[in-house]
Formats: sequence, structure tokens, C-alpha cells
Amino acid sequence: MTAAAYLAIYAGLLIFLAGCLRRILAYARTPIHLRWEIYPLPHEHPYRAAYGGSYFETQEWWRQPQVANRRGEWRVMIEEILFLKSLREFNRRLWLPSFLFHFGLYLAIAVIGCAGFIAACGLLFAGPNAAKFVSLLALIAKSIGAAAAVFIVAGAFWLLMRRTTDPALKNSTHAGDIFNLLLFIAACTLLIGGYLLRAPGTASLGECARGAIHFDCTVRIGSAFGAGLILASMLVAYIPFTHMAHFIAKYFTWHAVRWDDRRNERGSTIEGKVAASLGYRPTWSAPHVGADGRRSWAEIATTNPPEESRK
Amino acid sequence: MSGTIKLRDVSRPDSEPLIHLENGDLMPLPAPLESPEKDRAWAALSEQTKSRYECGLDDTCAVNIPKPKTREEEAQLVARFLSGLDKLFDKENNWTFLQPLLLTMEHCTGCQTCAESCHIFEASGRNELYRPAFRSEIVRRLYFKHAKRGGLLSAWQHGDIHLNWPLVARLIELAYRCNLCRRCAQSCPIGCDNGLVAHELRKLFSQEMGIAPREIHENGSMLQLRAGSSTGMTAEIVKDNVAFIDEDISERTGIEVRTPWDVEGADVLLIHNAGEIMAWPENPGAFALILTLAGVNWTMSSELAAYDAINYGLWYDDAQFARVAMKHMEAAKKLGVKRIVLGECGHAHKALCVIADRLLTGDLHIPRETYLPLLRDIVLSGKIKFDPTRNDFPVTLHDPCNMVRLMGVVEPQREILRALCPQFREMEPHGVDNYCCGGGSGFAIMSGNNFPDWRFHVSGRKKLEQILNAFSDCPGPETPKYLCAPCSNCKGQFRDMITYYDLWQKNRIFYGGLVELVVNAMADVKPGFIDWEWR
Repeated sequence: MTAAAYLAIYAGLLIFLAGCLRRILAYARTPIHLRWEIYPLPHEHPYRAAYGGSYFETQEWWRQPQVANRRGEWRVMIEEILFLKSLREFNRRLWLPSFLFHFGLYLAIAVIGCAGFIAACGLLFAGPNAAKFVSLLALIAKSIGAAAAVFIVAGAFWLLMRRTTDPALKNSTHAGDIFNLLLFIAACTLLIGGYLLRAPGTASLGECARGAIHFDCTVRIGSAFGAGLILASMLVAYIPFTHMAHFIAKYFTWHAVRWDDRRNERGSTIEGKVAASLGYRPTWSAPHVGADGRRSWAEIATTNPPEESRK
Repeated sequence: MSGTIKLRDVSRPDSEPLIHLENGDLMPLPAPLESPEKDRAWAALSEQTKSRYECGLDDTCAVNIPKPKTREEEAQLVARFLSGLDKLFDKENNWTFLQPLLLTMEHCTGCQTCAESCHIFEASGRNELYRPAFRSEIVRRLYFKHAKRGGLLSAWQHGDIHLNWPLVARLIELAYRCNLCRRCAQSCPIGCDNGLVAHELRKLFSQEMGIAPREIHENGSMLQLRAGSSTGMTAEIVKDNVAFIDEDISERTGIEVRTPWDVEGADVLLIHNAGEIMAWPENPGAFALILTLAGVNWTMSSELAAYDAINYGLWYDDAQFARVAMKHMEAAKKLGVKRIVLGECGHAHKALCVIADRLLTGDLHIPRETYLPLLRDIVLSGKIKFDPTRNDFPVTLHDPCNMVRLMGVVEPQREILRALCPQFREMEPHGVDNYCCGGGSGFAIMSGNNFPDWRFHVSGRKKLEQILNAFSDCPGPETPKYLCAPCSNCKGQFRDMITYYDLWQKNRIFYGGLVELVVNAMADVKPGFIDWEWR
């Protein structure tokens, strides 16, 4: 069980990272798109950001430098990431279950960080003070871990109920969505149950982490907790291949679409990218487009179908 | 209302509408339209229309797609749709919106937050068909199944759907049941954009299958590129009309006005929505008067398409969009003007100031801006003397989506109204949280079959509720009320909707632009520029 759990953890993390990287690259490599921002933009002047104003509210806006109020942007991002602000504001019924679920995930990530830190402390420091510190950390990690599991299971269960009973959600719920939530419930239940009910002599959280770092198969991991680790690792590996990877998408949808008001100025990088895209040769079939695969977008944009048909 | 529909219903092989709405199903309105009986009755689609065109979606028909005569023809149309679907996800064909489209396709969690923000969904009585994600979910399933060539696992993960001609025909109509106001995208916790999905669908149908509403394509962007304006006005006709407007404005205001044409090196190239010149001549007249009195060095252009700011391509076709934008920019370049200023037309603002920004290279980088900060600066500068008591009647402001939510121009118009209109009151919500007038994305000019019935009962209903609420303290005909709509398209929708519900005759709700209010308050102008004559 121990070796299988370690292998699952490593494989899960590797696949997760590779999957995320693949997804990030797929979006990052798409060509620059036309501007498509939606106001309010948090990086505007604070007084404008408050009501959704833009630099277009000023005559000859191009004579002034573009504002980059990163503080405003961070404030909105933190509210959105930690407290799911949009959902709270626009869909209150779904906010609490979703908040519980996501906050549980953040706590779970904190537990993984804690476990790694405990393992590192055990390796780097010795002596009674270090031991006391590690014990304290382990206690904190266990408490956070328990809270994480409870939040995730409660949130996932609540979301599952909503998806299966709310007519509004049913039409857009797929078998995969139900499976995903059940997978979270199963993995977290196994992890917390397996850990709390583990047999005497089986590894604590810190020992598991230390064992995983050293691939120490002498560490005894309880079977239920081990099964939980394997299932959780599979879940982690699976996430980047589903819409649950929206934490990646969200960076692009917000920063590269919704908040992207960068100006295209003469000689700028944006202009270079636009010029490159105008060189693409489309093949749209409707006659008025005049895309034969040889004409570029730049050429199509400067043709006039009624004039061409007159000729 | 017919029962709750399922996604699979869009593939239903018959051509019967998926839903039917009655007045009683719709979101209730305030007085004087508070009961379904007081609402107007819907005109039914004619038997001829139903027999000739695909009308399998709902109570109306916007696009008039002829019914295929054979199974082979249906199969060919489906094949063309699939070919277009592939092109939507290909950078050579769709670099313009590929990234946001992919993100929307691959990350929707189905939370339905978008539905809570959609005026069409709410006004329809929360009908499943008009849920913003309903349309997107169909496209998403088609994307995973056909564009990404997904198998059984993909169908399990993303859902399955049966592609056939009835589905494509319904999807064509469904692409024209969204105002592209993007209020749903503003509220999406992930940042998915159902408005974009409707926009991209329209593009697929136009650019691949040659299918688009006649009002937008043949009589819209094609006419503009052929004659110079979607109104059909050539340069000679538009100059004649503007000369007549100058004469009329000079007489009405007592101040001599003459619109300059083709002035090389002017500071400002003003481009109006040419519909103003035809339907609301007092608007370009008011502009001419204000700019003349403020001493602005301005001009209009008589180049092809450059005297009409409209760019309908924004709603349905990237190629048409780019062509019209290029015409505007080339005219500015030819005259050597310092900047382009757009008149009261929302979609023209977004088209030229925002979207076209990433089409321009080299010497086509000519600055473009909205007229609003220029007007605000003129009004607040003290150059012109105003008497706000001339505007002492209830005024409310409509925020055109393209200028406000999609461009961030929120305050200048309010600064003007606060200065010149003592009884200005906001609609709720307003600013970037506004609701569309219901005529956005081309609906205001689409009047085939019984489409206007749908436009007023459903897409315009939320705005109508807002207007009635804004004037709830003075509903009677004894108080004339002014709905300020600084956008030609929105004005068209309001003109038609107020007429439809007879709200001018019964409640004295009038509509007009912002510049008219400015001229009406000018102390040196003959009183009564706003004549309260319905047009």
C-alpha cells in the first residue's frame, strides 16, 4: 500500500503539472484577439474603477499614459479567488455550497504545504524545541485537514443536490459533473475517515509526507488512508483534463479578455502581433467574404464586394 | 407556455416551434401595463411564412431561412455548418476571437449565474429556451463532439447532442435571440461569454453559409459598402439633406449653422449614424450648432461609407466589420484630420474605438473618440450660456451597452444632465449594470414577420419596466417626460416600443438624444428646440 500510495502521489502531481502546462500553453499560444473588454476594469484610476469608467471618458485620451492600478486589480482578484465575489453578488443561492467547496480546496492545499513543511523541519532540525514545533504544526495541519475535508464533502454534497434537483442546473449537468463531485466526496471521505480511524502504529500526516519525500517504504500507511491518497492523487491528475481547470481559464478570461484594454499603438508589440494576424489566409466559404485561401485578412479587409461584383 | 424544454429537443425532426409564449407567461410590467390583458396581443406568423421558412424555434422568425427541399440539401447544409464550426476554432480563420471562444467552450461549469443577469431570460418568464447557457451548451456539445472529434468518453464528460438540419435551423434563429449586451459575461464567475457564443454563431452562418438577416447584410453592410450608407443615401444626397438640416436649424434656433464638408487637416472628423440624418435631423443639427458655437475646427466626410458611422459587421461578420472600419479610417487619413469623433451611435463607438483598434497598423493609427467628453467639456467650459430651467421636465437616461458596459463611458453624459436637467433621475440599475434597450445587435432594424412583437414583448421588456419605474412619480399625460437615449439604434427601439404601447399618447413619454437637451437649454437659442412632436 505504501509504495502504491507514493507512486500515486508522484504520478498524480506530475500529470497535474503537465496537464496544466499543456492547457496554459494552448491558450497562451492563440493569436492576439480583438479587444473585447467589459467594464468595470479594476486597474483603472480608483475613482473611475468605482463606477466602471474608462480612459475613453477623457478628450484626446491617447495623449495620457495608460493607468495601471495593480492594487485595485489585486483587491478584486483576492475577493474573487478567496470569497467567490461574482457568485456571491450574482447567484447567491449557489454561493454558499460553492464557497464551502472551494474554501475546502484552499485549506487542502494549505495542508499539503504544511505536511511538506513538517517533513522538511523533521529533516533539517533536531532537538526538543524542534520536536515541539513540529508537533504543534502537525496539530494545526490535522485541524486544517479535518476542516478541509468537511468543507469539501459538505460543499460537494450540497452542489450535487443542487445539480440533481434544481431544474435550472439539470439541463446543463452532464454525467461527468456528477462523477466529479462524487469523486471529491469519495476521496475526501476516505482520506479523513482513513486517517481518523487508522490503526495504531500507522503513519501520521508528517510521517507520510517525510516518507513520500524519501520514498521510504518502511513507513506504514493505513489501507483506508492509503486508498484515499491514491484516489485523491487520481483526482488531482484528472483535474487539468476537465472544466475543473477553470482556475487556469480564469487567468485568461479575466486578464486577457475581460480586463484587456491595452491600446494598439504605432510601433508597439501589439501592432506587430496584429500585423502578423492580418497575414493569415482564411478559407470561409460564403462568396461575399472572398476568402479563397490565397487572400490574407488584410487583403479581404480592403476589398469591397459590391464594387468587385460591379467589375 | 409549453413545458420545460430539454437540450435534445433542438434536434426534434419536426418543424413545430419548441416553445410558445403568452402574455401571462411574461415578466409582469408596472402600470399602465400591469396586467397581461393590458399588454398588446402578439401577431401570429403567417401560414405562408411557416410553410416557406424555418420557424421551428419559437413564436417568431428573424432570419427567414428557406426550408430545404430534399434530404440531400439538408445534408449539404449540415456539412457546411460543420465546416464552419471547424473554422471557428482555427486561428487562420478566426484569430479575431479564438482565445475567448475556446475559453468559453472549455470552462463553463453550468452554474447558470448568467441567466440571472439576462434581460431576455427574465422578461420571457424565465423560459428555458432563452437561458443564455442553453444556446452555448448546444454549441459546446457540438464543439467537443465534432470540432474536437470527441468519442464516448467526451460525450459522457461534456454531454451529447444529435446534429441534424432542424438543430442547425433552430440554432440560426437562436443566434438572433440575444442582444449581445454581454451583461451575462459581466457576471460570469469564470469569465465565460454567452454573448460571444451568439456572435460567433452568427459569424459562422454568415461567413460560411451566407446566412444573415436581410436587414443587417444586404440592406445593411452591403448597402453601406455599395452606396455609402445603410440608409441608401449617396454622398450627394447626404450633403443635400444636411444642407437642408442646417437651414432648418438656423431658422429654429436663430443662429446661423453650416456643416463643413471634406475640410483637410480639420481637428475633428465627425461621423454620425446616417439614420439620424434621415429620422432625427434635429440631432445632427444640434451637433452642428454646438460645435460651431464652441469654435471647434470640424468637418464631415463625403467619402464612401465615411458619412455613416454604422458598422453592422460588428454583430455578425468579421470581414464586413473590417471593411467598413477600414473605409472610416481611410477617409480620416485622406483628409488628414487629427481625430475621429463619433456621434450618437453606440455600436459605432465600440466598433471603431474599441474593436477596430486591433485591426489598425501603420498610418491608419488615427485616434478615435466618443463625442461625450468633448460635449461635456464644452458644456462645463462656460463658452456657451445655458438656462437649465428650459429643461425643467423629468429626464431619465438610457445607457447604451456599447458605450457604457463595453467601453466604460459612464460619467460625461451624467455630468451634462446634472448640469442642464433639474429633474434628471437614474434608472435602476444603471451605468455599467444597465439593461439593453432590447434593440441591440441589429434587432432595432429587424422588423420582418412578427419579429417586432417578440422584440417589444421579450427583449425590450426589462428596459420598458425600467423606464416606467423611472417615471413612476409622474405617470400621467399632464407631465411630458424625456427618455434620453444617446444612441441611434436605441432610439429606434424606443420609438417603435413607445409607439407599440402607445405611451406617448397616453403617458407623454418622449425620447431623444443628448445633444437635443443641450441645445434646448442654450440661453441664446430661441426657446422650444425640443418641440414634443412625435416622430
